[in-house]
Amino acid sequence: MRTKIEIRGLKKSFASDKGPLAVVDDVSFTVGDGEFVAVVGPSGCGKSTLMNMMAGFIQPDSGAVLIDGVPRSKPDSKGILISQQGSVFPWLTVRENLMFGLNGHVGDNRSRAEGIPGSANGATRDNRIAIADHYAQIVGLKGFEDSFPHELSGGMLKRTELARALAVKPEILYMDEPFSALDALMSLRMRNELLRILAQERHTTLLITHDVEEAIHLADRIVVLSPRPTRIQAVFDVPYPHPRKISGPEAQQLRVTILRELGVEREE
Amino acid sequence: MNRIKEALPAVALIAVLIAAWWLAVYLTHSLIFPTPWGVVTGTWELLRNGTLWDHIGASLMRVGAGFGLAVCFALPLGLWMGWVRGAYRTLNPLFQILRPISPIAWIPIAILWFGVGDTSPIFLIFISSVFPMIVQTTVGVHTIEKRYLRAAENFGVSRLTLFKQVVIPAVLPQVLVGMRIGLGVAWLVVVAAEMIALRSGLGYMIMDSRNAGNRYDLVIAGMIIIGLIGLSLDTIMRMLEGIRCIRWRYAH
Repeated sequence: MRTKIEIRGLKKSFASDKGPLAVVDDVSFTVGDGEFVAVVGPSGCGKSTLMNMMAGFIQPDSGAVLIDGVPRSKPDSKGILISQQGSVFPWLTVRENLMFGLNGHVGDNRSRAEGIPGSANGATRDNRIAIADHYAQIVGLKGFEDSFPHELSGGMLKRTELARALAVKPEILYMDEPFSALDALMSLRMRNELLRILAQERHTTLLITHDVEEAIHLADRIVVLSPRPTRIQAVFDVPYPHPRKISGPEAQQLRVTILRELGVEREE
Repeated sequence: MNRIKEALPAVALIAVLIAAWWLAVYLTHSLIFPTPWGVVTGTWELLRNGTLWDHIGASLMRVGAGFGLAVCFALPLGLWMGWVRGAYRTLNPLFQILRPISPIAWIPIAILWFGVGDTSPIFLIFISSVFPMIVQTTVGVHTIEKRYLRAAENFGVSRLTLFKQVVIPAVLPQVLVGMRIGLGVAWLVVVAAEMIALRSGLGYMIMDSRNAGNRYDLVIAGMIIIGLIGLSLDTIMRMLEGIRCIRWRYAH
């Protein structure tokens, strides 16, 4: 597998009243093209800081993030971040939200999009509407294109956000606890939706989560982080084919192992 | 039916006050202070000879001009101050000093600069309404949630798109609050400004009615009309909150 993301010796500390507070301490790993990697760690361990550095929103104190071998310095539409609190614009309709990322330069990302209406240049308004509606349909928001976010449920907001990200054909999806604000049932449903969509459009995906089951359900590989200042504590492959049964004995064994790494499950 | 029920206590209170006013005038045999009925006939007199409409028109014109100028000035400046840190740091202290100065205190300077014409009250209205609108617009930009700006940054949209689709819509509700405050102050000030100088407007009408023969019925008629017009202006501003690009803010 070709390396898509290479993270080299990332370090970050923040100023605090008691001097610098080390948050991320020398984290290195790679993510292959089209691979789904989940990063789990105890809360407050610096997962989000790590994600923000990978997506380019925060500059590391040292180390580098390389995408296709090229160092990343700022965020761009090749890697879209989906965060826990969500960022669907409340003043735009679903369709306008989905079209948002298509405004202006659509350029490189789109050129590899095939079989999608209007993928030739994506420049005209009609094309952008067609792309938006296409992705609204993919995430199951058909019929809600003209709704405003305050008219939608939490799960539908997440779908909107996901569709808005997918519409720009990002090479990488950065997901920072994307479903943790949803109830358990909706969270599970969104996971299945995500898997279904990723089966169609193979994005390289990085998922930050504190939910070990979610990680096992979704990821090809799980990176376990230590408490702050965080570093990589363990890495697990998840070799089970989709659709996965998390209740199976192997998956449960993996879950117990990871939880033990996190120090939350004692041997019984 | 429900709305009538809700309005009932307020209507009853006003009715009681009018009755008390009537009774007080009746009991004290006041020769100058009018009865409510005197105010009604006075208003009717003004309506019939057409002067009332002229005064209302003059006051509204001044508010329109002064407030309109203030909007044109305050919104771009507020956006700029909200967006550019250096602009905020440079201009904000100055505005914070100018803001608490009562517009009435500017009257001598207004007369010195612009004389006694329409320009003085327009200037005073501008001065009074521009600062609250600048402040609210700036606060609006400052309180745009980071997650929205980040998303815009992530999608790498142009500056124009960022302004048109994120900053402006995010700020609009705050801008509207500023405009409501600004218009309210503008209406307060136009009446005060007209009392000093001019030959038209509701403020002038009130002062003139007193000076030209203690016509207190017209004084009170003027006050009530000012109150009602002020309420109408605020109602119009409130209705703007219902328009599409503002509604998202109040929908929760």
